[in-house]
Amino acid sequence: MLATMISGRTLAQGARCESKMAPEFFKAAALCHLSENDIKELNINEGENVLLKSEFGQVVLAAKADSGLPQGMVFIPMGPWANMLVGKDTGGCGTPQFKGVAVDVAATDSPVRSIRDLFSDLGA
Amino acid sequence: MTESVMIKDAVCSFCGCLCDDINVEVAEGKIQRVRHACRLGSSKIMGHSRMQTPMIRKDGVLQPASFDEAYRRAAEILLAAKKPLLYGWASTSCEAQKKGVLLAEEVGGVIDTTATVCHGPSVIGIEEKGLPGATLGQVKNRADTIVFWGCNPVEAHPRHSLRYSSNSCGRFTEQGRAGRKIVVVDVRETRTAKNADKFVRIDPGCDYEVISALRMLVAGKGDVIVDTVGGALKADLAALAEMLKAARFGAVFFGLGITHSKGRYKNIDNALSLVADLNQHTKFVIMPMRGHYNVGGAGQVLAWSSGYPMSVDYARGAPYFNPGETAACDLLGRADTDAALIVAADPVSNFPRETAAALSKIPVIQIDPYENPTTLLSDVVIPCAIAGVEVEGTAYRMDGLALRLRKMVDSSLPGDEQIIAEIIKNIRELRQKAEGGA
Amino acid sequence: MKMIIKGGIVYDPANGIFGEEMDLCIDQGRVIEQAGGEVIDARGLLVMPGGVDAHSHIAGKKVNTGRIMRPDDSRLGTEPRSGVCRPSTGYTVPNCYAMGYRYARLGYTTAFEAATPILEARHTHEELAEIPIIDKGALTLFGNNWQVMECVRDKDIPKLAAYVAWGLRSARGYGVKIVNPGGGEAWGFGANVKSHRDNVPGFDVTPAEIIRGLAEANEMLRLPHSIHIHFNNLGKPGNYTTALETLELLKDIKPGRMRQVVHVAHMQFSAYGGTSWRDFESKAPAIADYFNTHSHATMDMGQLLFGSATTMTADAPLEYGNARLTHNKWSNHDIELEESSGVVPMIYFRKMLVNAVQWAIGLELALLVRDPWKTLMTTDHPNGSPFVNYPEVITLLMSRAKREAEMATLHEQLPNRTTLPVIEREMDWTEIAIMTRAAPARILGLTDKGHLGVGADGDVSIYSIRPEDVDAARDHALVKKALSSALYTIKGGVVVAKEGRILAAPEGRTYWVDATVPDADHDRLMPEIEDKFAKYYSVQLSNYAVQDAYLPSSRVIRAGLSVEPAKSARTLAEVA
Repeated sequence: MLATMISGRTLAQGARCESKMAPEFFKAAALCHLSENDIKELNINEGENVLLKSEFGQVVLAAKADSGLPQGMVFIPMGPWANMLVGKDTGGCGTPQFKGVAVDVAATDSPVRSIRDLFSDLGA
Repeated sequence: MTESVMIKDAVCSFCGCLCDDINVEVAEGKIQRVRHACRLGSSKIMGHSRMQTPMIRKDGVLQPASFDEAYRRAAEILLAAKKPLLYGWASTSCEAQKKGVLLAEEVGGVIDTTATVCHGPSVIGIEEKGLPGATLGQVKNRADTIVFWGCNPVEAHPRHSLRYSSNSCGRFTEQGRAGRKIVVVDVRETRTAKNADKFVRIDPGCDYEVISALRMLVAGKGDVIVDTVGGALKADLAALAEMLKAARFGAVFFGLGITHSKGRYKNIDNALSLVADLNQHTKFVIMPMRGHYNVGGAGQVLAWSSGYPMSVDYARGAPYFNPGETAACDLLGRADTDAALIVAADPVSNFPRETAAALSKIPVIQIDPYENPTTLLSDVVIPCAIAGVEVEGTAYRMDGLALRLRKMVDSSLPGDEQIIAEIIKNIRELRQKAEGGA
Repeated sequence: MKMIIKGGIVYDPANGIFGEEMDLCIDQGRVIEQAGGEVIDARGLLVMPGGVDAHSHIAGKKVNTGRIMRPDDSRLGTEPRSGVCRPSTGYTVPNCYAMGYRYARLGYTTAFEAATPILEARHTHEELAEIPIIDKGALTLFGNNWQVMECVRDKDIPKLAAYVAWGLRSARGYGVKIVNPGGGEAWGFGANVKSHRDNVPGFDVTPAEIIRGLAEANEMLRLPHSIHIHFNNLGKPGNYTTALETLELLKDIKPGRMRQVVHVAHMQFSAYGGTSWRDFESKAPAIADYFNTHSHATMDMGQLLFGSATTMTADAPLEYGNARLTHNKWSNHDIELEESSGVVPMIYFRKMLVNAVQWAIGLELALLVRDPWKTLMTTDHPNGSPFVNYPEVITLLMSRAKREAEMATLHEQLPNRTTLPVIEREMDWTEIAIMTRAAPARILGLTDKGHLGVGADGDVSIYSIRPEDVDAARDHALVKKALSSALYTIKGGVVVAKEGRILAAPEGRTYWVDATVPDADHDRLMPEIEDKFAKYYSVQLSNYAVQDAYLPSSRVIRAGLSVEPAKSARTLAEVA
C-alpha cells in the first residue's frame, strides 16, 4: 500500500525521550499510526506489525489506529525508527525532509527491532 | 531530620514554552514532586536513570574512565581533527553554549545546533523576510484570532494554550477561549485540531501553495485561484482569509509541519510574507514553536558571537555560514567532518539513518546526562549535571525572552559549561606541549 | 600600573584645557597628578579623553535580530581570531567582539546602549558582558509602559518615580528612555499616535503627559541623566513642529542635577519640513534656533551617511513604514506591557534627494547650534550609519571644503532644501572634543568620564595628527585617517589598542543606577505591579528582574533619596 509518511512529536515520545534505552520509549516511538481504513486495507489488527519501505530504508513497526489520519498517510513518532525511512539530502538548506516521505506499507510477521538492535550493525 | 523545601517559580527546561511557574518539592537532596508542569516537564524535572561515570571506548567497548582522562581524550580527538563538528546545544544553558563557541574557535570546528533539523528553515526564512513578531504576553493580552499551522501544541507544548494562547486571559482578552477563534491548518487532524474552531486539512507538501492562495485572497485577488488548492477548498480558504482580516490581533504559530515538509524554508518565507501582508489590514504576528527549551538561546549566543545563529564554520578562522553546506547534516552527509562533539542532543536518533551512520565512521564525544543511541556510537562519553535542575544558567523562550534557570538540587557531576571549559584547558595544554612548551 | 603620556597636545574642555602641551599621568586606572612608569611618547600629537558614545544600539534583542536577519551584513568586515582578538564579523550589525575592538580602535572607551525594555534587559546584559574593553550602560524604555501610563493618568508622580526606580533596578538600567511615547502601545493593535496630544487608546493619557510625567519623576529621583527622548512622528516630513512643541512642554521643569532636563535622541530624524517626501526640506535652522535660545535641552545629531545601514528602533510603526516604503524585509517585536520595536535594513543613496537632505540636516544642526556642549556627534548607530564612520562625520564638521566636495556628488536640488551650502563654520578640536567626550559624559552624568582631571578614569586617546601643524579643514583626509585608527587607546591606564592592533581586551564595566524612594511610595506601587504579573505578564515577578550573575563587573550610581541635592550637582568648569 502506498502512503505518505509524516514523523513528529507525541506526548508519550516526548515524556520518554530522555530515557531512550528504556522499554517505555520503545512503546512510545516504535509505532506506526494509520487510519482505520488503511488498517483494514492491510488486513491486520491494531498492534500487529507493518513493514514500511521508502527509497532510503525500511523499518518494522507496530500499527496503531489514529482517527485523525486521512487514508494514505502514516504518522511515526520522531525518533530512530522513523528516521530509518528519511533520506540524508537536505535540499540545499541543511534540513532533511522528515515529513512527506513516500513509503510502501505492508503487513509483516517480522519483529520490531529494539533500539540497540537498530544500531547494532553500525560499529563505532 | 531533613525538611522538604518548596522551590517556587522554577523554570522548566524542556520545551520552548519555558514555563516559569513550576513549583518543585525537594527533600533529602532529591526532587520529590513537581507541580504545575505538564507531563513533559514533570518527566524532565523528576529525572530518569543517569550515566554516572565517564567512559572511553577501548577495543570497541566503552570502559569506565576518570573525568580527567575523558577531558584529555576529548581534547586529543578534537585537536587531531581537521574539521570537527560541535553539535547539539539546544538542551543546555547559554553559559555552556558560549564555551562551545570558544571551543569551536579554538579548534577551527563547525558549531551547529539542533535548529538545523528543526526550525533551521525558519531561520533561513527570517533571513529572507524578517520576523514580524511579539512576546507571548502580547498574544495572551491581545489575540482574538490564533492560527496553529503545522504544529500540535497539545502534544509538543502542552501548556502553551493555557499560559500564552488559546485559553489564556489578558487585559484585552478577558473572555479567554470564548473570545477567540482558533484555526488549525495541518495534514492530519491532530489533538490540537480537535480543539479548534476551524480545521483546514491540506495535502502533505502543499503548504506553499495554500499560503500563496491565502495571500492572494487577502490581497483581494481571489479570482485567480482554482477550486481546490493543496487539498483545501477555495471556499474554505476564502472564509479563512476573511477571518484573518477581521481579526483585531492575529497570531500565527507554526511548527515542523512546514519546516520539515517539501519547500522547507520557502514555506516559512511565504508564511512570514503572509503575516507581513496581513499587517496591511490588521495587526498580526507570527512565531515559530521552538521545540527544545534553549534552542532559541543557542541561536542568540551564536548570533552575537559570530553574526550567524547556526551552522557556523570556523575552519578558516573567521566565521562562515552557509546552511546547505555547513549544517551538521550537510557535513555528515558529505563525510566532510572528521570528529564530532555532541552536547545536549541525540543526533544518532534524530538524524536520517544514513546521516547518523556517518557518525559511526568518525570519533564521537558525547556530553549528556542520559544514555541514548548517540552513546552507542561514542568514543568518549562524559556524563553531566542537568542545566535547569542541577546547574543555574540562562535560557531563551520561543519568543526570545531570556530567563534564569534555577538550581534545584546538587549534583556531584560537572555541568556542561565546566566540562567544555576543561576540554578547552586540555586543548591549550596539548597545543603548548606540541609547540615546544611554555 | 603607572603610565605617563608625555608632551601631548591635550584637549580637555571640561577642565578648561584647549590644546595645551602637557603630560598626563595615570595610576591604578585613574588620572593622577604625577607618576612614573610606562612612558608613552605623544609629543605634538592630539590627545583627548577616551570617546564617549551616548547613543548607540550595541546590545540586546533588536541588535541580535539585526544580526540574525542579515547574514548578508555579517559577511562584511570579517576578521579571523588573532592575538587577543576573537573573530569579528558584520558592518552595520557587528558581532559583540567587533563592537568592542572597533570602538577601541577609534579611541572610544565608553558606549551606551540606547534602548532596552525591562522585560528583555537580561538579554542586553548578556550581550554587553560579551563586548570587550569599553565601559557601558543601557538606557531603559518607559514611554509605552502600562504602569507608567497609569501613574501618569492618575497624576501620581511619586508613585511614578517609585516605578522608575524599581524599573531601573530590575533592568539594571542607567536612565529613562522614551521612544514614540504612546505610539508603541497603540502599535500593540497596529495603530500609532499622530501627535503628542493624541489620546493613547485604552489608557486615557497623551504622549505629552507621559513625557512630562517621566521628566518630573526623573528629576524627583535626581537621576544622573535626564530623560532621553525619541520624539513622536519621527521620520515624517513636517515633524519639526512636534519636536519644538515637545521641547516647549518641558522648559519649566526644574532639573534635579546641574544638567539639561531633556536630551533629544538623533535630532536629525525630527528636523524635517515639507508636507510630503516631494517637498521635503530641512528645518534644522528652526531647531537650531530653539536650542540656541533655550538651555533645558541637549541633542545628539543622528547623522546619516550614504551606504548601508540597519534601522532598529523602538519606534515600531516607523519601521513598518520603512519596510513598506523600501519593500524590504521587516522584523517587528512588541513587548508585553512595555514597548514595541522593529528592525529594517536600509541603504541611503547620494542621488536620492530625501537622503541627501537628511545627510545635510545632521550637519546643519551641529553647525548652527552655537554651543557645542549641547550637540553630541552620533550616527544613531546603526540607523544613520555604523559607528566606524564617526571619523567621516567629524571631518565633515571640521571642513567646509569636504562638505562642498560631498555636496557636489549629491542630488542637484539639495541647495534648495537646506542651508548647508552657505554655512561656513568649521569646528575645531576643542569643539570636537566637547561633542565626542566632554559633553556626552556631562549629559549622561558620568562624572569620571569625558575629562582628564585628577580622579577621572584613565581613558585616553592619542591620534597620529599634530593639531598645531595640520590644517584640519584642508587636510581632512589625513584627519579622517588618523581618527579611524588611534595611535594609542588607553583604557583605565592599560594600552588596549595601538595603531589599529588590539593589544589587550580587558572586561569593561556596566554602569547602572540604583535610586531609592520613600518606603511609602514603594509600598503603594508594589500591589499594582504584583497585580500586573498575576494578570498580564507571561512571566512570574520573581523571575523578572536582572540577576547579579549578569553583571560580572558593574559600577552603580546612587540616586533618589540616597543623594543629597548639594552632592548631586557636580561643579564643572563652565565653558564660555
